[in-house]
Amino acid sequence: MTRYAYYPGCSLETMAATYHVSSMEVATKLGVELEELEDWNCCGATAYSHVDELLATVLCARNLAIAEKQGLDIVAPCNACFKNLWTTNAALKRDADLSDHMNFALEADDLRYEGKVEVSHIMNVFVTDEALASIRRQAGERIKGLRVAPYYGCQIVRPRRPGVEQAQVDGPTYFETLLEAAGANPVDYPYKVRCCGAALMVTNRLAAVQMLRDLLQGAVDAGAEVIATACPLCQTNLECYQGEVNRVYGTNYAMPILYFTQLLGLALGVGAKRLGIGKELVSAEAFLKRPCAPAAPVGV
Amino acid sequence: MTAISIEPRISFREEVENLMHAEEGASLVRCVQCATCSAACPAVEFMDHTPRKLIALINAGMRDEVMTSNTYWTCASCYACSEKCPEGIRPADVMYALTRYSLWKGTFNRDWVAPEFSRRFTRTILRTGKSYEPGYAPAFIFEGGFPGMMREMRMAIRLVAKGRLPLIPSRIKRIKNLRAMVARVLPLDGIE
Repeated sequence: MTRYAYYPGCSLETMAATYHVSSMEVATKLGVELEELEDWNCCGATAYSHVDELLATVLCARNLAIAEKQGLDIVAPCNACFKNLWTTNAALKRDADLSDHMNFALEADDLRYEGKVEVSHIMNVFVTDEALASIRRQAGERIKGLRVAPYYGCQIVRPRRPGVEQAQVDGPTYFETLLEAAGANPVDYPYKVRCCGAALMVTNRLAAVQMLRDLLQGAVDAGAEVIATACPLCQTNLECYQGEVNRVYGTNYAMPILYFTQLLGLALGVGAKRLGIGKELVSAEAFLKRPCAPAAPVGV
Repeated sequence: MTAISIEPRISFREEVENLMHAEEGASLVRCVQCATCSAACPAVEFMDHTPRKLIALINAGMRDEVMTSNTYWTCASCYACSEKCPEGIRPADVMYALTRYSLWKGTFNRDWVAPEFSRRFTRTILRTGKSYEPGYAPAFIFEGGFPGMMREMRMAIRLVAKGRLPLIPSRIKRIKNLRAMVARVLPLDGIE
């Protein structure tokens, strides 16, 4: 059994609660133990770095120090949380002065960070050889042949991390491998590592809406029945503001946007309801009821 | 009487680079103006200066043009530019540095949503330790006029009905300690 300190991040308690429950279900199926990080705090998203660099660092340092105390490596399901934790971890490991400064701050919460923790995105944990073998073994017919656009988003691949080969930064393929293992049919999605607009949805609506339109049209052109995401912000933008795209551009997109863990859970035989399916604003009914799905009723 | 020689002030480019002390990446002097960053940017057409031009303005010491630009407030932090720069510059980190500098110097346009959003976000975290989406609404909800506001409200209601939007913000247990931690690296009144 592999154990990790699980850092859900704020969105997984609210907008992305379905990402949380489906991650838990999949982890159980794959023998990955997720122990929630004790009293974790927000990673800072992009706003802290807009306001103060040290503020951004100190808040991630606290989460890293708590994981070290629990003696576990961290996994984060959100691209932004993952990027912030990973980057702060790297900065603390290479910069002794910064690390001293942060340890001085951490004392105020009886914590200390020695740099012993590694940070992974939750998808990385589900694409190990062992996990993939387990998925192939357990996968049923539930999403067999389903045409899925694998949408990585940005910060799961960028900024580039040492040891990751260039090809996996420009055009990563592990998401596709994962979907294939689960029986789905990942489409060739040219926008898979292009930005969803992130917080621009709030701060510069027209820019974000245009970026979303490209992503949605790209998925339609690629023949996808659903876009699978690995980030709560990508999911929220693509789903909740799909109507806004339709309004601004006069389009009629009705593309379901699910977390990759929800699709994976279906493949592994978990009931749709337990994966949080049904809480979408853009219904996923169309492909859930497709003829090749087994007779088992949705929601069991 | 011998004249005391006064060291020249550091250049504006050095000023900007000094804001990125914890970052890696090549100096802006290496910029060859190839515009790969601008080509990689998905938000470029909403910026008053392209990323390439912004770097040129910084290198030319054109402080006012840079400090009042909307370019860095239009950056979504997707890091496509940093990934592609053939000279190893990381424009995305330059964008972050300039948002901080323009907040500090107060040179941003008061009508923009982004600076107020970032401030609200930060204040929320310092109060509760966690992010809470409805708390940021005042920063942007009036942007789309009355119809825009109604659309936002309708969506919020649907999300609450789906159990995706809590009405009460959650907070971490040791918020007092977290605040004490932050106070050890910077004065809290500066951000609150």
